[in-house]
Amino acid sequence: MRFSLSKRAVMVAVLAMLCSLQGRVASQWAPPSPANASSIPQSQLIQPDELNQLLHTRGAEKPLILQVGSHVLFAQAHIPGSEYAGPGSQDAGLQQLRARVASLPRKTLIAIYCGCCPWNRCPNVGPAYKALTDMGFTRVKALYLADNLGADWADKGFPVETGR
Amino acid sequence: MLLAVLVCVSVASATSRAVLPAQNLLNKKAPGFALTDLSGQSLTLAQFQGKVVLLNFWATWCAPCQLEMPVFAAWQRKYGPQGLQVIGISMDDEAGPARSLAARLELNYPVVMGNERLGARYGGVLGLPLTLLIDRNGIVRARFQGETDLKPIERQVAALLTQP
Repeated sequence: MRFSLSKRAVMVAVLAMLCSLQGRVASQWAPPSPANASSIPQSQLIQPDELNQLLHTRGAEKPLILQVGSHVLFAQAHIPGSEYAGPGSQDAGLQQLRARVASLPRKTLIAIYCGCCPWNRCPNVGPAYKALTDMGFTRVKALYLADNLGADWADKGFPVETGR
Repeated sequence: MLLAVLVCVSVASATSRAVLPAQNLLNKKAPGFALTDLSGQSLTLAQFQGKVVLLNFWATWCAPCQLEMPVFAAWQRKYGPQGLQVIGISMDDEAGPARSLAARLELNYPVVMGNERLGARYGGVLGLPLTLLIDRNGIVRARFQGETDLKPIERQVAALLTQP
């Protein structure tokens, strides 16, 4: 079947529009940057009450808990037993994190957290998660703190420690 | 004897206790402080008695903080003649980045370096940004935690400025 020039032009225009639309849709659905906390898979998040329960359950495997945010915030309050290994947003902090876990078996259960600011604004936990998984750690969990450590942990009555 | 010393050191460096809820400060006297601002000038909260103080805790890694601070600088210009004094408290681990950001944002109000002791006195600064409004008599009248709509803060600033 032969198409007239005008019908061909219309088909080309429609195809061009469809391609443009697909590009725009693809860009809207681009995966989050690894620096973003939202890049951490949902399956690897642990909720505050879950972690608190885990820490208080006799016989349960306890994770190595690493705070990967601000040292000043860590000194004010941190989850008991957690260690400071940050900040994840800086190379020096990631080096500190890598050094801390370098000698550990790659199946070690590790829980990281920050709590500096709202989850989707946190610059620390995403890079820290990536650094650990890039090292081959297969059991890394990120504590999901929607707003911050105060609102989502301390204010709920979960225990904290102070000190550097 | 050595064991006793070790026990004392470990207790001093990490104590388990609940952090005071920040809401405890509302309608109470704001804890005083005497610090040096980023330009080297000594600054005390007491020197601003008679002014409405907007105390803003922030950090360079806190994206929402960086959105707020230029607005606070604009309020300093607009409401300063009526008695508003904005004071920034950086919760960064080091002054260098805070100084650079303050200069880049052209902040027109003093910025001091906070620490865990100041944070604890203010009920625990366990998430940023945190903004407190202190009336002319030194009483904490409002607390705004996290990324928030700034209009209610401005309304409350304006209201406090009308009060003796």
